[in-house]
Amino acid sequence: MIDLFLTFLKIGAVSFGGGYGMIPMLTEEVISHGWLTESEILNFIAVSESTPGPIAINMATFVGASQGGLLGAFLATLGVILPAFIIVLLVASVIKGLMKFAGVKGFLSGVRPVVVGLIIATGLIMFAQVILGFSAISEPLSFDYKALIIFAVVAATYFIYKKIKKGSISPLILILISAFSGIIFYGVL
Amino acid sequence: MKKLKDLFILFITFFKIGVITFGGGYAMIAVIERELVERKKWITHEEFLDIIAVAESSPGPIAVNSATFIGYKLNKFFGSLFATLGVALPSFIIIFAISLFFDEFLKIEYVGYAFRGIQAAVVFLIISAGIKMLKNVKKTPLTLILTILTVITLLLLALFSLKFSTVFIILIGGGIGVFIYLLSRAKEKPEKAENVTDKGDEK
Repeated sequence: MIDLFLTFLKIGAVSFGGGYGMIPMLTEEVISHGWLTESEILNFIAVSESTPGPIAINMATFVGASQGGLLGAFLATLGVILPAFIIVLLVASVIKGLMKFAGVKGFLSGVRPVVVGLIIATGLIMFAQVILGFSAISEPLSFDYKALIIFAVVAATYFIYKKIKKGSISPLILILISAFSGIIFYGVL
Repeated sequence: MKKLKDLFILFITFFKIGVITFGGGYAMIAVIERELVERKKWITHEEFLDIIAVAESSPGPIAVNSATFIGYKLNKFFGSLFATLGVALPSFIIIFAISLFFDEFLKIEYVGYAFRGIQAAVVFLIISAGIKMLKNVKKTPLTLILTILTVITLLLLALFSLKFSTVFIILIGGGIGVFIYLLSRAKEKPEKAENVTDKGDEK
């Protein structure tokens, strides 16, 4: 239980860039603790995306609940909120000029591209796991062409919507489309 | 009594924001702007830009960062406490309720198929979120090199099932950022320029 709290405290303290910025570290921590599998994490991300509220809090509550019920959910959520709460409180009250301080600017200029790289790499690794069935270099691949088709359907919907409406489609709609495709490809065909 | 009422209104407002926003922090920023800047006029547009800057540069969920910051601006410590509670509580309640029957739900055959499809969509969402953020990062040789290096490092780590904590990767990135920043600032000072360029070459 304490481990749950501390892990999410750590995730909350070093994840920059909001909910998606948290996913690389969350995945790493949760898997190395043996709390969840990759596929369960993807399910949790999907639920966190399709329910209201901050993705980071949704994920923390979900992982916490799966490991320790109500208390687990509470501790994980508290852990992920606390660093942000304290740091912003400090910024807002004591050190008002912190964001203009040169060192912080330099630090963030290095952190931002790294976080972007982490998210893209995590996406690519998950792509390899879900679609190519990759787990480690020593393991054989099991190519899932149905998953690739669903991925292509989702991507096509996203880009067509962007072309026509000049805006981003809601993640919820993409998730619904993929759920429907999943039922057709895995269940019906 | 007035203060209590203010805190309650703050709580309810952020609770509402927590209930109606889908898709995480950035979607929430848009809702906060509509609710608090345009409708309630609690904060000015200038202040709002400050809030985004702070929220983006502090670690943690953007929604929590902005709720804490706005709450503090309006009502000091208790303001930030109530705003943060308000924004986090709906998520907590909804997700906890879902988690109670999620495993049973997944056991239904067709739900299982649906989630296999959904996983492909989640992979797409993560990659596209990364690419969208890449577009918003200021493009300099430093940022591009750092992004590419991070992607390559992580892919190699995954390929050979090696472990290296993401925390260190982020901190190394920050360290390089500070180093480059100090270097470029030192270069701007002409009297010190020679010294520093020499050092820069050695590294």
